[in-house]
Amino acid sequence: MAEESKTPLVDELEKGSWPSFAKEMKRRAKKNAAAKDLVGQLELSYEEKKVHWKHGGVVGVRGYGGGVIGRYSDVPEQFPNAAEFHTMRVNQPSGWFYTTDVLRKLCDVWEQYGSGLTNMHGSTGDIILLGTQTAKIQDAFNALSEAGFDLGGSGSDLRTPSACVGPARCEFACIDSLGICHDVTTTFQNEIHRPMWPYKFKIKVAGCANDCVASVARSDLAIIGTWKGALRIDQEAVKAYIAADFDVKGEVVDKCPTKALSLGRDGTLALAAEDCKRCMHCLNNMPKAIRPGTEKGATIMLGGKAPIVRGAYLSWVIVPFMKMEPPYDELKELLGKIWEWWDEHGKSRERVGELVDRMGMGRFLREMGLEPSPAMVFAPRSNPYYFWQPDEVK
Amino acid sequence: MTDVRTDFGPPSFKDMMPPVMAENYGKWAYHETLQPGVLKHVSETGAAVYTVRVGSPRLMAIDTIREICDVADSFCDGHLRFTSRHNIEFLLTDANKIQPLIAEVKKAGFPVGGTGNSISNIVHTQGWIHCHSAATDASALVKSIMDEVQPYFESMTLPAKVRIAVACCLNMCGAVHCSDLAIVGIHRKPPKVDADRLAKTCEVPNIVAACPTAAIRPNPKEKGVIINEERCMYCGNCYTVCPAMPIADPENDGVAIFVGGKVSNARSAPMFSRLAIPYLPNNPPRWPETVEAIKGIIDVYAKHAHKGERMGEWIERVGWESFFRLTGIPFTDKHIDDFRFAPTTFRTSAAFKW
Repeated sequence: MAEESKTPLVDELEKGSWPSFAKEMKRRAKKNAAAKDLVGQLELSYEEKKVHWKHGGVVGVRGYGGGVIGRYSDVPEQFPNAAEFHTMRVNQPSGWFYTTDVLRKLCDVWEQYGSGLTNMHGSTGDIILLGTQTAKIQDAFNALSEAGFDLGGSGSDLRTPSACVGPARCEFACIDSLGICHDVTTTFQNEIHRPMWPYKFKIKVAGCANDCVASVARSDLAIIGTWKGALRIDQEAVKAYIAADFDVKGEVVDKCPTKALSLGRDGTLALAAEDCKRCMHCLNNMPKAIRPGTEKGATIMLGGKAPIVRGAYLSWVIVPFMKMEPPYDELKELLGKIWEWWDEHGKSRERVGELVDRMGMGRFLREMGLEPSPAMVFAPRSNPYYFWQPDEVK
Repeated sequence: MTDVRTDFGPPSFKDMMPPVMAENYGKWAYHETLQPGVLKHVSETGAAVYTVRVGSPRLMAIDTIREICDVADSFCDGHLRFTSRHNIEFLLTDANKIQPLIAEVKKAGFPVGGTGNSISNIVHTQGWIHCHSAATDASALVKSIMDEVQPYFESMTLPAKVRIAVACCLNMCGAVHCSDLAIVGIHRKPPKVDADRLAKTCEVPNIVAACPTAAIRPNPKEKGVIINEERCMYCGNCYTVCPAMPIADPENDGVAIFVGGKVSNARSAPMFSRLAIPYLPNNPPRWPETVEAIKGIIDVYAKHAHKGERMGEWIERVGWESFFRLTGIPFTDKHIDDFRFAPTTFRTSAAFKW
C-alpha cells in the first residue's frame, strides 16, 4: 500500500489542468530540504487558515540596504529547514527578455545557494528568488553578480522600474519604453539599493495608453507614450478591412468616445484630429490601417498606489507631453525635484501621491515649476476656496 | 577577499532580445492574432516575428525553468520573454515551428492562450507561501480559479478581455485595485494588542500615525496604545509598523471581490474596481465559494455585455443597480462608501433603474 501523503491539502492543488504551483514546490521538495519544509508549512497554513511567517527581519548584502526580504518561520521547530527563508529580489532585464544561457545561469546560482524556487516574476517586475538563509546571502549575491545580475529595490527606496515590450515588438509604442526603463534603472542605482525616502517609489514605463504594465495604477510615476497631431490613416488598408467584412462603423467609428471618426459612403475613414483624445481604441481594432501621429513623446503621471494608507489613487497627469530622447535629462531632473520635495515634506510611510493630496496639487506644481494645464483635470474645481500667492495680489 | 561589483544594474535587454527584434526595433507596422495565444507582428521591413503565449504558475522550480529553456533552445534559438501577467512568450521567426512548439508545450502541461478577448493569467501576490501579512493565500486561489476558467484563457470568446488579480491583504502589492475582477484578502476584526511586546519593540507615535481612521491613541501609562474598535476598519497598517498588533484571525479572515476596474485608456478612462462581494470565507485548499462567485460574475458579464465592452464599461452602461440584479449578489450597507471620498459616489440624481 502506498504511503499516505502528509500534505493532502497541498496535494489537492496538484490536480486540475492549469499549471500547478504545488507541483513546482513538490518537485523541488524532492531535491531541497528547505522547499520540502515550505510544503509542510503551507499544509499547516491550509489546515489552520493562517499565515506562518513572522513579521519582518533585516538581512542584506554588503553595501546595500535593500533587495533582500528577511523571512522567518513562526514554527521553526516543526520546519527547521524553512526557519530562515529569505527572498532575493533580482533586477530583471527591461521587458523580461532572456537568453536561455542567462536563465540557466540564474537557475544554477539558485540551485547552489537557495531553495530552487522562484517567481517569474514578482508584482513589481523583479525576478524573485524564494528561500535562502542569512549565511548564504552574500555568496548568493556574489554568484548573481558573477552571472551579470544585480539586486532590485525593497523598503523605502526606488523600486525596480519595469516596462512593457515596447518597440521590441509593438507597433503602438510611442516611446522607447525598454530603453527608458534601462536608462532610469542604471542611472538611479543608489536610489534603488539604499532606502532613504519616506516610503517606496515605483516607476513604470508604458509605450502607449493601452498601458500593458498598468503604470497608471501601479506606479508612483507613470511614463505613458503618446503623440501630438493627427492619427495616420491608410485608406487602402481601411478598404481592405471593409472588404474582409470587418464592421468599421460598428466596431470603431461608433465606439470612438469623442466621435472623432466618420466613415464615408466610399469607405473613406475621416478623422477630426482636434476631437481625438488618443485613447487607442481605433488603433487596437484596426492596427493595419491606423497608426499613431508622428510627433511622439510621453505623458507623465504621478501618485498611483494601492489603498494603504489614505485610499487608492490612479496617477494624475503632471506633464501632458514630454519629449523622450536619450539621455532623458528633463525626466531625470523632474524625478530629482520630486524626490527632494517628497523627502523634505513627506511623513514616514507617506507615498508621494498622498503628499500631493495633503499639500495640494497647486502647491506641488508651483514648487516643481510645472505649468498648469486643463489636461491635468477632468474638471476645474466647483468650490471657491483657492489660494493666492503674495506676488499675485497688491 | 576580492571586491564584489555593486550598483551595475540589470543585464541590458539589448543582449537578450532575439535578433529579429533587435533588427526591427521600433519598426513594427502591425500585428495579427493567428489563433488564441499566437501573435504575428510584421515590420516595415517585411520581417515577421511570431509569439506563442503560454500560461505559467508564476511560482516555478528551477527544474521547470530549465525545461522551458530547452523548448526555447529547440524552437526559438535560445530566446524567450515573460509578460507583465506572468505568461511565458516563445518568440519565433519560422512559422513552420509554431504548431510543433505548441504541441511540445501542451505536452509539458502548459496552456496556450491569453490573447485578445480572453482571461489572461492572474497577477497576484505571495500569500501564505511567503508573506507575513497575508489574510488569504494567493497561489491556491489563482490555481483554483484558473482551473475553472482555463477555457477562457485558451479562447477569445468573451465580450472583451477580462483581467483578474489577487492580493492577499489591503497592501495590495499586486495593485489589484484596477482589475476587471479583483480578489482581496481581508480581516474583519481589530488587531489584538500584545502590550508587553509592544512596549519593547514598537514606537507608539508610528503606530498612531499609521492608522488612517485615527482609531489608535497612545496609552502613556504603559507605553502602549488604545484602539477605538468602532473606528477600526481592519486595514492592518498598524501591524505593518508594529508586529505586536497581530490582526490575522483564522475564524474571520477571508476575501472580498471587487469588479469593473481597468488601466487601459481605450474608449474610457482607467477605473477603480468597486465592491461586489464584501466577504467570502477562507476555505482552503480550493476556496469553492470564491471560485463559484468569480465564475458567476463572468457568466453574467459574458451573457449581457456588448461586444468590446470591458466589465466596467458594461456595468457603467447598464448601471450598478442592474449589475446587482443580474448577478443576484445582495447589496448591503458595506457597499456604500464611508471612507475619504465617499460623497463622490452617492447618487445625486433621481434618475435610476428599477
